[in-house]
Amino acid sequence: MKLGPIDWAIMATYFVFVLGIGFALRRYMKTTTDFFQSGRSIPAWVAGLAFISANLGAQEVMGMAASGAKYGIMTSHFYWIGAIPAMVFLAVFMMPFYYGSRARSVPEYLKLRFDEKTRGLNAITFALMTVLSSGISMYAMGLLLNLLLGWSFDVSIWLCALIVLLYITMGGLTSAIYNEVLQFFMIVFGFLPLVLLGLHDVGGWAGLKTGLEHVAVSNGFAAGAWSQSWAHMGSPTDNPMGVEWFGMAMGLGFVLSFGYWCTDFLTIQRAMASESMSAARRAPLIAAFPKMMFPFLVILPGMLAIVLHQRLGAGGFSLPTKADGTLNYDMTVPLMLSHYFPQGMLGVGITALIASFMAGMAGNVTAFNTVFTYDIYQAYIRKGAPDAHYLWVGRVATVAGISASVAAAYLATHFNNIMDMLQLVFAFVNAPLFATFLLGMFWKRTTGHAAFIGLISGTVGAAIHHGLTLPLGSVPGIKGGWLGLTHQYTSEMAQNFWTAIWAWSTCFVVTILVSLVTKARAEAELKGLVYSLTERLKSDAEAWWRRPAVLGVIVLALTLVLNIVFL
Amino acid sequence: MKIDIRTPVGLMFAFVGLLLVGFGLLGDPAIYERSLGVNINLWWGLAMAGFGAIMLWLARRRL
Repeated sequence: MKLGPIDWAIMATYFVFVLGIGFALRRYMKTTTDFFQSGRSIPAWVAGLAFISANLGAQEVMGMAASGAKYGIMTSHFYWIGAIPAMVFLAVFMMPFYYGSRARSVPEYLKLRFDEKTRGLNAITFALMTVLSSGISMYAMGLLLNLLLGWSFDVSIWLCALIVLLYITMGGLTSAIYNEVLQFFMIVFGFLPLVLLGLHDVGGWAGLKTGLEHVAVSNGFAAGAWSQSWAHMGSPTDNPMGVEWFGMAMGLGFVLSFGYWCTDFLTIQRAMASESMSAARRAPLIAAFPKMMFPFLVILPGMLAIVLHQRLGAGGFSLPTKADGTLNYDMTVPLMLSHYFPQGMLGVGITALIASFMAGMAGNVTAFNTVFTYDIYQAYIRKGAPDAHYLWVGRVATVAGISASVAAAYLATHFNNIMDMLQLVFAFVNAPLFATFLLGMFWKRTTGHAAFIGLISGTVGAAIHHGLTLPLGSVPGIKGGWLGLTHQYTSEMAQNFWTAIWAWSTCFVVTILVSLVTKARAEAELKGLVYSLTERLKSDAEAWWRRPAVLGVIVLALTLVLNIVFL
Repeated sequence: MKIDIRTPVGLMFAFVGLLLVGFGLLGDPAIYERSLGVNINLWWGLAMAGFGAIMLWLARRRL
């Protein structure tokens, strides 16, 4: 595709604003609190949009569209089951501890609640993981821009790294949050016309549904398999995802979803930067409203693409095929953009895509520099230095983090399987996390030794499960089965969900058992860190529409309605 | 924070929206064949500019 002057002008305007925001914020960054926590001064709606935007990286946008084409509307489970309930739980039950304790990061909460080694384990794995994911995101962007616009891989990566570096070192977390809000609106305005044009092209919702029925039948499934989200989940062989309802609800809906949304500092950092406890609790709830509508923005393009592809000739849109003859779904969004958007609108769409890559990177970098400075540098390298020193370290960590990401991006170009392996290991590390937080926050008896041993056992449990199982049609190796084969799953996704369930259960049981035989901390020390020892927050004085519990119920009710409508 | 994010968001969307409207009005209409005959630049430009204006208005009112 070819960009015209108008497209360049739009892209340039966006970058001017991105850097301008960083520049304007520079003079407010006086302390580490300003730089890492936005001075705890962000209004709820801004924190909420940043919360959702930090998660909505380009890989998510492109990946969800790809899944929409591959699996149909079942992909919406990643939102309606796999995000919303956990976001409500975070807001109503967990945010009081994150925001209310003196913790400045999620690992620091673990230090306050448990002990140094649990924090250390979490901080170090988290820091490595953020750098790596930011590098992978950069790598994906470099490939995409090269393929789509013919830009050089090196130039794309370095330019993007430089822009992120500039606005984060200047404006810290506030800069990242403000740019995430800008990016949120860019994505909505960049992709919504795509959905509208695509829907118009296939003949509206009715046309889409008929088209999807053809797709389902031609793939050997029941007619509704692409257009009904729950109806075909009785057995894993009935739906294209190859997952049954229990694995979906427990694996994705409980373990993975709560594990991500309730413990991942990348998103929680945004809510923790809010101006008050009330705002911090409202932020994830405000985020839940756009989140539940996102399937229409990011999954629908994929569903439209597969329908258009099926009736090739009429619409003139077709998906490319891979070397082995299967369809390549990954490029769905960029191809749809270039198919429907004329110059002008194309600039908006491409800018939205680049914006989401950059925001994903910036999110990782701000979470990394905070955890590095507070939980690694201040904890283990140099304690008790003046605040200005840590502010300086934060800026250095930003540069170092971005450089490490660039290195990871180049590593990915040469050793793609190393990246896959690292991501797999991190998945094992993350899977049990929620058991630790759940027990830590709601069972005062949980001890530090138990948390640490529980986390390690959960990770080992995940690895063993992965090593003993294999998705159908895969060979032993990175896909599993490297310890022998005891069970075959219908799909890789089912295997992932069950690996998570095993990890969580192992961690949960081991943490309880070890807690019972180790010495609990004095109750006085756990005030504000554990549910039963913390005073209930009173929100009666607030207007009803600002109360977290009320908002939470509204969010859950709307999600239920969506599930029923698209049952 | 001393800077209201709605101001830069509003300014950017107003500016980009107006760019699109201008391009939609003055540019070659043949390019809209791919967008199913809809002058998407004109209409979506208006939507973006309108959104930008609302953001700027909210920022001014300090709501």
